[in-house]
Amino acid sequence: MSIDTDTARRVAKLARIKVEEADLPELANEFSAILGFIEQLNEVDVDGVEPMTSVTPQRLKRREDVVTDGDQPDAVLKNAPDAREGFFAVPKVVE
Amino acid sequence: MSDLSKMKIAEARDALKAGDVTSVELTEACLAEIEAADALGAFVHKTPEIALEQAKAADARKDGGDLNGIPLGIKDLFCTKGVASQAASGILEGFKPEYESTVTTQLFNDGAVMLGKLNMDEFAMGSSNETSVYGNAVNPWKAGDAELTPGGSSGGSASAVAADLCLGATGTDTGGSIRQPAAFTGITGIKPTYGRVSRWGIVAFASSLDQAGPMTKDVRDAAIMLKAMSGHDPKDSTSADLAVPDFEAALTGDIRGKTIGIPKEYRMEGMPAEIEKLWEDGTAMLKDAGAKIVDISLPHTKYALPAYYVIAPAEASSNLARYDGVRFGHRAKLDAGDGITEMYEKTRAEGFGNEVKRRVMIGTYVLSAGFYDAYYNRARKVRALIKKDFEDVFAQGVDAILTPATPSSAFELGKKFDDPVQMYLNDVFTVTTNLAGLPGIAVPAGLDKAGLPLGLQLIGRPWEEGDLLNTAYALEQAVQFVAKPNRWW
Repeated sequence: MSIDTDTARRVAKLARIKVEEADLPELANEFSAILGFIEQLNEVDVDGVEPMTSVTPQRLKRREDVVTDGDQPDAVLKNAPDAREGFFAVPKVVE
Repeated sequence: MSDLSKMKIAEARDALKAGDVTSVELTEACLAEIEAADALGAFVHKTPEIALEQAKAADARKDGGDLNGIPLGIKDLFCTKGVASQAASGILEGFKPEYESTVTTQLFNDGAVMLGKLNMDEFAMGSSNETSVYGNAVNPWKAGDAELTPGGSSGGSASAVAADLCLGATGTDTGGSIRQPAAFTGITGIKPTYGRVSRWGIVAFASSLDQAGPMTKDVRDAAIMLKAMSGHDPKDSTSADLAVPDFEAALTGDIRGKTIGIPKEYRMEGMPAEIEKLWEDGTAMLKDAGAKIVDISLPHTKYALPAYYVIAPAEASSNLARYDGVRFGHRAKLDAGDGITEMYEKTRAEGFGNEVKRRVMIGTYVLSAGFYDAYYNRARKVRALIKKDFEDVFAQGVDAILTPATPSSAFELGKKFDDPVQMYLNDVFTVTTNLAGLPGIAVPAGLDKAGLPLGLQLIGRPWEEGDLLNTAYALEQAVQFVAKPNRWW
């Protein structure tokens, strides 16, 4: 499948990665090459096959629905680029 | 310089226990080697103070485990408390975790010493260590003047172990990232069964495929280190609640009566004759050791790489959504009027390298409305068929499968970097075990015409790493690989 620049622009937007307009054609070419490679999967007969959800048959463990860790806001915020008054700070969000 | 850093883990363990050497001596020897090896680009964050402190503690300790006092390198993908853990990415510049990964916690509880953090491909996405924000890691092996890749993504780990900068190292393997670099550098590397080793505190790439494992100088060391890394962890819901056997005790070298499968689909068109020969020689060695050799078929092998290049990017696009400039790492400088969306987009554009961006966007595409079924669901169905291929041959009585580890020896840095699909083909023999969740081990098996190491891979039954390691041990005994790279760094 060939990817056009509009699709490349849309994907970049969905992925929240800024791509300059001038770089979109090359990106679209790269996507096309990779998707061309992936397209071999269409040769496989997958009728009646369930998509894999877990590679090991084990059931995920359950635990009590209680707090097991916490009360360490300083550690949580330690690596934040901008933290103020015990919160992560971000640019103003106006809808 | 002393030869202490050349020791294997088992040798050093026995020498430490006998009082013939101290951990401080071993650690100082490794630190000196590391200081002299910047040209290899293997250690990207050196932690000599921590190492010497841990070494002193190990020397004073009476109740340490097998790794007590053993100096190791840790891949940059593991979160280490207070020590930079960047996954070789610009987006985690300055990130120093407030917590310790389960694997490194277990290694330290055993008494291991951390020499520093090791280079890798950014977010473990690559097969040549060329996507790292730190620059390339370089293979200590050379065939001419050109610098060769140590493989990837655990390229720094492979380079450091092969060059005797440390006694062993941690690696992680999502599509071959332990086994391919091990093969390229003449060392041993095992990816255990999915769920054997906790993923908690390891920066996630593709959660259904990622497994950590040891990279060591021989099979015995791999067994020792894997035991220390393994075990159930309530903090990783996919870690298996199974007892960890004594893998080292499984190393008898006796493989009489074992059945080894040789899969015809791994005989790829255009495969170098040397690798074909290596594979035949390895098969003959296992036969001589008393194993029964059978031809087997794994019919969906060809589709493993394309399935992987849907599933891994899809999971990566989701896992890497957390790098948004809010909680940790890099945040872009914003222009007046920029809102939160611009912050995300600029931060991720600046922080991620090209290969990571490419995979995140491919993953976004295959998961997007209208394509989810055609790509993602189809790939998951093919994955189920690949796993069934293995289940079928195990049901026929096959104990392990022998294949080449890589389609070539180490290649020149820069040679494949511009063609992503060519680069992806490096993992053609290794990626199947990640998709099927199986253990796989790469063992050095010979040198090519140019004098570069080549490896063979053994794939085992789920949870039977002990048996797999024993078969690898028998192969190792037969191969007697003793070559070492000539020191040029």
